[in-house]
Amino acid sequence: MSQQTQQAPFPGVFYRRPSPEAEAFVSPGDSVQVGDTIGLLEVMKQFCELKAEVAGQVVSIEVDDGDVLEAGQDILVIDDSEGEA
Amino acid sequence: MSIEVIKPGLATSVQDAGRAGHYHLGIPPSGAMDQFAMRSANLLLGNAEDAAVLECALMGPELRFTQACRIATGGAEMVPKIDGQAHPNFEVLEVPAGSVLSFDFVRAGARLYLAVEGGIDVPERLGSRSTYTLGALGGYEGRPLKAGDVLPIGQPNTGTRAAVGRRLPEAFVPRFAKHYELRVVPGLYDHLLEEETRERFYQEDWSVASEADRIGYRFKGGTPLRFIEREPPFGAGDDPSNIVDACYPIGSIQVPAGSEPIILHRDAVSGGGYAMVGTVISADMDLVGQIQPHQKVRFVEVSLEQALDARKAYAERLQALRVALGQALGDARDQALGQALD
Repeated sequence: MSQQTQQAPFPGVFYRRPSPEAEAFVSPGDSVQVGDTIGLLEVMKQFCELKAEVAGQVVSIEVDDGDVLEAGQDILVIDDSEGEA
Repeated sequence: MSIEVIKPGLATSVQDAGRAGHYHLGIPPSGAMDQFAMRSANLLLGNAEDAAVLECALMGPELRFTQACRIATGGAEMVPKIDGQAHPNFEVLEVPAGSVLSFDFVRAGARLYLAVEGGIDVPERLGSRSTYTLGALGGYEGRPLKAGDVLPIGQPNTGTRAAVGRRLPEAFVPRFAKHYELRVVPGLYDHLLEEETRERFYQEDWSVASEADRIGYRFKGGTPLRFIEREPPFGAGDDPSNIVDACYPIGSIQVPAGSEPIILHRDAVSGGGYAMVGTVISADMDLVGQIQPHQKVRFVEVSLEQALDARKAYAERLQALRVALGQALGDARDQALGQALD
């Protein structure tokens, strides 16, 4: 089992969904491909889509919707061991 | 010689010492928000002190160099990586031809200044290469960088070229915090505030809102300010925070509707109808540009005399930097610098 932790590339407010009513981009247990949107990070009047850096299964999401993140803070953990088999 | 933009970062723009002398016509100075950091990177590298650099806010860009080139960084700490290998900030580095320069996430501060030898050679507009995004003026096509842009680089000054590995003297390496004090000269309109509000403004922590950019830094989290109820004068809006339109100095703090103070910075509008309760002193404006969203500040009231002393100390520190890096300038240049800060 190999787990990859993805971190915030810059400080900002993290959002798990594209709008307040929408489904979350990803939840624990979901499979993601490289480049899939996993959340939004807002700063300086800009919303930036965060993309998955590895393919695999989402193990956990370390932050809550609306949390203020520091640059480098852990966002989510992806298990990418499937591809290695 | 050129640099290709692979990824632009979050808000990366070409900036220099700024476009002084046009604010009365509505064109703000623009230029590096942290002037000291911009100048330190240029001086370290042996560039002209006011050569155009890249200002990289909160996240660095990814750049490919078509030819070998020396670079240096100033300001925020984001570890530079050349073809994936980490190198120090505040040091002259050599990027080999064809290599990719990228940055790790920001560890401290908000804006990194990337100086390249010869400077970014975009055309001057009204005497400056700085980007004024709102006015689509200067810089690279009047806007922040995008993927695919190709930045022209000027001819290096081979006579002053700095050796690879030269480091910024420790005394000039910035020390960033998560809580800052910003010195403020009260006025011109603080008489419109209720006394209790006026005092509390300087006693509470204010957090930088995520809407903080080159135009202005907005703050949240303090108790809303109360303006004295009055009949609006002819020409002023209905809100008690409105005044008859006036000029906005860079650094002035306005508080629309009393709720969220905004410090105007180098891309600010030049006037409007909000009361300014104080002005951040010129010596602290560099620091404003290095505060990350959600970090906290305390406003500290100072007199005009204290502000002028701080301004003098800032100019002396800059002169000490020039001497330390062997590029002390003559009096004429210092005077020009003094004016640029006005």
